[in-house]
Amino acid sequence: MDNKTNAEFEPKIVAFVCNWCTYAGADLTGTSRLKYATNVKIVRFPCTGRIDFMLLLKAFAQGADGVIVSGCHPNDCHYTSGNFHARRRWIAFRGLLDFMGIDVRRIQYSWVSAAEGAKWANLVNDTVASLREMGPYTEYQKVADYLDKEEYNG
Amino acid sequence: MDKLRQRAAALLADGTVTLVLGYEEGTNKPRPIFCHTAEEASKLIYTTRCINNLAVYLTRKELMGDGKVAVVATIPTLRSILQLVVENQLSEETLMVMTVTEDEEVKEFANFAEVEAYVAKFELKLSEKEQEILTKLEGMNREERFKFWMDEMSHCFKCYACRSACPLCYCTKCIVEENRPQWIDPWAAPLANMEWQINRAMHMAGRCTGCGACGDACPVGIPIHLLTRKMMEDLGPEFGFVPGQPNKNGNPLSTWKAEDKENFIK
Repeated sequence: MDNKTNAEFEPKIVAFVCNWCTYAGADLTGTSRLKYATNVKIVRFPCTGRIDFMLLLKAFAQGADGVIVSGCHPNDCHYTSGNFHARRRWIAFRGLLDFMGIDVRRIQYSWVSAAEGAKWANLVNDTVASLREMGPYTEYQKVADYLDKEEYNG
Repeated sequence: MDKLRQRAAALLADGTVTLVLGYEEGTNKPRPIFCHTAEEASKLIYTTRCINNLAVYLTRKELMGDGKVAVVATIPTLRSILQLVVENQLSEETLMVMTVTEDEEVKEFANFAEVEAYVAKFELKLSEKEQEILTKLEGMNREERFKFWMDEMSHCFKCYACRSACPLCYCTKCIVEENRPQWIDPWAAPLANMEWQINRAMHMAGRCTGCGACGDACPVGIPIHLLTRKMMEDLGPEFGFVPGQPNKNGNPLSTWKAEDKENFIK
């Protein structure tokens, strides 16, 4: 895919965020009137510890080109240790996905606190920019749509 | 072999145990046998061809019954038993572990600590064929790896033999039977096959003992045991356990440390 088509490509991003830090941070971005890319759909969770790895896979299967996972900084979890559990889960998950050839660059993990409205805007903008370069995640879509379209040929 | 048969028969005859779990000669290769009587114990064999991981039966209450059970364990089986012990699934009161040593002596373990000391002498190694696939995968780029696994998994017809053969897959309710919501589509299709294997590997993270029973059980020969195997090699150094030895620091995914290191969270 050349650069021209990439510039026109609007990636679909699903953001899984925790209620206490990143959701409040994203809220601050809005109340601070900071402009950022509109490609992201935010899903609010009680805690990053609640974000099952299957949810990320489901997002890709449903057509997401990228995923953002964000929550409280280490030691700031509302439930003390939810983000520590999540971090371990992502370390294990990321290695496995990479071994299986799934594009781990499309999953952006971050810590965004309730005070970091500007960081959230940058995070989304950066993710959109890098996904524009990568293009749509057609590889995964082909696998996901196999039964509907029967066009997957290995 | 005679020593094993005699010992097993004696244990059953004097009522020390009500069941001896071991191997008998099958049509093409040895298969598991459940000996309830001294006569049945005469069928027992033990060779290097015995590959089934008998630890898989030890968590099935309906098969084990109420009495004490003796299991004739291979080295991989012993490793699985140790991990099950760590997970509080087995008790010394109802389980007697024995093995046959290289010089054909029957070795009975008085407790699980002895099993651990014995197993520590054996190194967990990959077979040449497994090493070959891993080396091949290491030389591939991401797209090629994805293609490799999708090609392999296109053969999967969701028999769940990998789940049945695994001693550590002992949940009574599995995510693939969960349908509110339906996490993983029940039919065999590229996406559903991949999601199932990712789930299986994630649930095994840091628990897998590398026995390879899942890969052996796969009727279409997908090297799925390499997924869990790769995870244990990767996570071991990071989360403080040694592949092939019981993980006493807790399941990596249910414990944590504030100083856990990663390099991908912005």
